[in-house]
Amino acid sequence: MIQLRPTPFDPSADMGAFSAGRTQVGAIVSFLGLARGEAAGAEILQLEAYADFTEAAIGGVVERARSRFSLLDAAVIHRVGKIAVGEPIVLVLTAAAHRREAFEACDFLMDYLKSDAPFWKKEFGPDGPRWVEPTPRDLSDLARWG
Amino acid sequence: MARVLLFGRLADVAGWRERAYEPTPARLCQLRALICGEDSALGAALEGPGVQAAVDKTLVRGDIALKPGAEVAFLPPMSGG
Repeated sequence: MIQLRPTPFDPSADMGAFSAGRTQVGAIVSFLGLARGEAAGAEILQLEAYADFTEAAIGGVVERARSRFSLLDAAVIHRVGKIAVGEPIVLVLTAAAHRREAFEACDFLMDYLKSDAPFWKKEFGPDGPRWVEPTPRDLSDLARWG
Repeated sequence: MARVLLFGRLADVAGWRERAYEPTPARLCQLRALICGEDSALGAALEGPGVQAAVDKTLVRGDIALKPGAEVAFLPPMSGG
């Protein structure tokens, strides 16, 4: 499941729905990203996506993760629009027979989402608005996966 | 008519997010030249590092023919999560 959501969401509800009724799954790993407040930083974020293109691009990477890590299922829920500090931005859920594959697939998907998924993030802080681009660390994290 | 979409900082540079070009230029390079002729700062930004183009929601490299009604999106470096 891949969803872009324009309003705040409750990650525990998505986690519950994702884990319900599983019989083949031995491990679900979740990653929840929150809008972080810097000491002198942004008070609000604005996330922009390219409708349909963004979902299709994430879908392609989820398919790669499925085959590479033998996933049984995966979900990516990503906020768009204005996001306040402390609100969830992204929830990644991976389900596999065993924990190692679920951990690695979740890590892989987040590295992709940080640097290579079609989102554009603007921070509105005390120094004015600023477009966020991937950091060297984000790019080296993504390069780990080849 | 070609529909041009700008994302992220490109829309800030241009002062617009979406614009129609009539008639549809035959090739992407002609559309780029048209945009650059109107707004050289935007033209330069479209050629900047890490900026990709998508035609009808497929990423393209280099030049490509445009069909009438093409949707051309210019995508600056991406950052999610």
